[in-house]
Amino acid sequence: MAEPKIQNSSPVGESTPRIDAREKVTGAAIYTDDLQFGNALLYARIKRSPHPHALIKKTDVARAKALPGVKAVVTGEDFPGYIGLYLQDRYIFCRDRARYVGDPVAGVAAVSEEIAQKALDLIEVQYEALEPVLDPEAGIRPDAPLLHPDLGKYVVAGFIYPKAGTNISNHFKLRKGNVEEAWDKCAAVIERSYRIPHIQHVPIEPHIAIAKVDERGEVTMWTSSQSPFAQRNLIAQSLGISQSEMRVISPAVGGGFGGKAGVSMESLAVAIATKVKGHPVKLRLTREEEFFTAFVRQGLSAHFKMGCDKNGKLLAMENCFYWDGGAYTEYGVNIARAAGYSCTGPYEVPNVKGDSYCVYTNHPVGGPMRGFGMPEMHAGLEQCMDELAAQIGMDAVEFRKLNCLKTDSILATGGKIHPIGLEECIQKAANAVDWGRKSPASAPNKRRGKGIAAMWKAPAMPPNAGSSAWVELAEDGKVNVGIGGQDIGQGAFTISAQMAAATLGVPYEWVRVAAPVDTRYSPYEWQTVASRLTWSMGNAIVNAAKDVRKQILDLVAEAWDESPDELDIVNGVVISYKSEKETPLKNLVIYGLPNPDGRGWKGGPVIGRGNFMPKDVTGLDAETGQGEHGVVHYTTGAQAVELEVDLDTGRIEILKGVAAFDVGKAINPELVKAQMEGGLVQGISSALLEHLQLKDGFPKNANLVDYRIATSSDIPREMQSIIVEVAQDDGPWGARGIGEHSMVPTIPAIANAIFDAVGIRLEGPPFTAEKIYLAMLDAGIVK
Amino acid sequence: MAFHKINVTVNHEPEQMVVPSNMTLMQMLRESLALTGTKNGCSAGECGACTVLLNGEPVNSCMVLAAECDGANIITVEGLARDKQLDPVQDALIQAGGVQCGFCTPGILISSRALLNRNPSPTEEEIREALVGNLCRCTGYVRIIESVKKAADMKPHQT
Repeated sequence: MAEPKIQNSSPVGESTPRIDAREKVTGAAIYTDDLQFGNALLYARIKRSPHPHALIKKTDVARAKALPGVKAVVTGEDFPGYIGLYLQDRYIFCRDRARYVGDPVAGVAAVSEEIAQKALDLIEVQYEALEPVLDPEAGIRPDAPLLHPDLGKYVVAGFIYPKAGTNISNHFKLRKGNVEEAWDKCAAVIERSYRIPHIQHVPIEPHIAIAKVDERGEVTMWTSSQSPFAQRNLIAQSLGISQSEMRVISPAVGGGFGGKAGVSMESLAVAIATKVKGHPVKLRLTREEEFFTAFVRQGLSAHFKMGCDKNGKLLAMENCFYWDGGAYTEYGVNIARAAGYSCTGPYEVPNVKGDSYCVYTNHPVGGPMRGFGMPEMHAGLEQCMDELAAQIGMDAVEFRKLNCLKTDSILATGGKIHPIGLEECIQKAANAVDWGRKSPASAPNKRRGKGIAAMWKAPAMPPNAGSSAWVELAEDGKVNVGIGGQDIGQGAFTISAQMAAATLGVPYEWVRVAAPVDTRYSPYEWQTVASRLTWSMGNAIVNAAKDVRKQILDLVAEAWDESPDELDIVNGVVISYKSEKETPLKNLVIYGLPNPDGRGWKGGPVIGRGNFMPKDVTGLDAETGQGEHGVVHYTTGAQAVELEVDLDTGRIEILKGVAAFDVGKAINPELVKAQMEGGLVQGISSALLEHLQLKDGFPKNANLVDYRIATSSDIPREMQSIIVEVAQDDGPWGARGIGEHSMVPTIPAIANAIFDAVGIRLEGPPFTAEKIYLAMLDAGIVK
Repeated sequence: MAFHKINVTVNHEPEQMVVPSNMTLMQMLRESLALTGTKNGCSAGECGACTVLLNGEPVNSCMVLAAECDGANIITVEGLARDKQLDPVQDALIQAGGVQCGFCTPGILISSRALLNRNPSPTEEEIREALVGNLCRCTGYVRIIESVKKAADMKPHQT
């Protein structure tokens, strides 16, 4: 190709404004609950189990059905199909057994929410209460009550290993080297246990789904969703209809964080709607229901043993995780798997024994939450790293830099790591808090400390999770990009437009994204999860835009009798570097171009298509967890904090929070920094405030007063976000994901800073003022 | 169920409404007037997504009965921009990058506007305090706080 004479200014790498900002600040953006359905709309409410574990002996819905205004009452009897993403272990409504407080046992559709609610009280359910399982380590004991006697019969994905006859829904094993022999060679060994409590995503928009079934039995569902296509697939399967007979439309999403991935409450709305054909049926979770009947971040009981030689080089790790997966496992089994293969953290360790169990308990259903097991796992791991460093007499930053993965390091699963900027992230985060220098506390009753933690995380997904995209142009030459990935606030639509514009050669402002995502018109996307869109969907968009570009350049080349290599598209104009001819896109993208001899036309409406699927992901051996290329890539990084502990109250104030992540390439640097800030604060919130209290299986704080999330008064005085860019070889412009990673190392960074300040460590978060104060009392730090 | 006839001004337009006794201001705005910019995050006065200006004061509209609003002047997020000209708090929020999922945004904007109306040059501490009732799960608040500082420096615009 000839040297370009005109510099095409690419919007990639620029902080272009959000594509959806204006509609969001004017109240014009449409969310699911804003859709208008008119008088045919019915309202659904759900009758839920009041028991953590019980057999359902008898259900009588006659009185509810007789209530004027009630249009349908359904129970588990009506829907015999199983549902589940990796392990089909639940019915849409309970049939014979309820497994957590809140488990749906019946549903009502009525002309008003009030009547639907009243009808619930008229449904009589007789239960026989059973002994519940309330702890994952108790749940694996041979004498534990069995939650899923049919576990051996469930349909399961090939890389998940449930143990029939137990409460273990998955057991992932990692075996490398010889751990037993390694301990003797260690100069320092440390063993610690941690408990990470359940927390909730708390999107500001609660879950909502409106479903309508037409006379042919075809289903339309409007829902706030990270997974329209997965919902189409799973709900259709469960109801015994074809996927193409189910259409999912997802308007703007008011926060997801993993909670709106997969299927949770959506199948309830669809199931009820099948009984009132023609009527849209709206189910909207109350804030209370949101806390324990949508997914929760499952609890973790974690045990670590690790050792290093006298120079501080890690020699061995033996880590065992028991995940409190809850009553069913939409994603929990895969969270256990991800934590299993990532159990060493971002370090090179020659001898590893890792076991990660997902265990059924009579708790709310564990689902994916920002970080997918990594924040929970790193919470303990990164505290152990600090303690081991101290034991061998090394600085915590130097210890991490010595052991962290560098380009081509050998992974615990076998194979090598790709180019990686982790060491740079650790050093930059440390520098930003003036690591190694103790600054004076702001008052005599306060103690100041600094802490750091590193992390890694891979997209945890099936090896063939795919993306697709289309690109078309209008008469004015402007561009419409079709995608099936969702903007859940992270800015996916904005970077989609940037990538399409850059590939095609048009201004960013010319590109719009075809929203809302609608499975009937949008191209397939596996799910908006795993921080995979920028990378996977981005590749599909680039391929679709390249396809358009090729069609246009081929057409013009033929018309001008030139080679396509001599042509380019710059700012929406096709130009020739050879003949210096030019023509704007609008002249040809719909109507084509006339043949030079005046006989007929060439071209026609231009539409490009592209897809992407990882090509070379290998499985991991069931007994050893070994595999050449078990995941597509890892995003790595570090956070550092400086904080003060108030000796009088135990209250912690975060003074400064720093994040440094290797994102490969920041397609939109300000959006990347916004992810780092938001994740840091969500991490701080989980470290200091959040705990979904489950007493004997009963949620105790299912409201926003008793379950506090960070407010504007809880954030650090100062925050800094550092972008490191070591390119991903198969990422668009070298990009890899960042959405989830920014809350992964926060808990241990804070825990390490608390230790630096007052010399105490707690078994797990949240590090509330009360717990800190009592620990300081115990340690004799305060009297 | 008793019904009440009320006269209200919503976003500078007079409205005459007949509302049931148990209808909240949030429901009246969202359902009767189709002003869906005001968001329902908890229906319990805990999240701030439904914040509107009621006679110039920010209130959780889910905690106010519509029947109480006879004679009131109400501004929702849809009423902040005038003649397609964004309010400085809206402009500044876009510029600062303080929008992510957008669900808390309407309430944040109303609380920001209310703060600037009563205190045109707030300190960072005053901004943090004014927004403490508006939960945001995406942004970590930092760009939102920045946007209020920016808006304070922009041309005043009294709503």
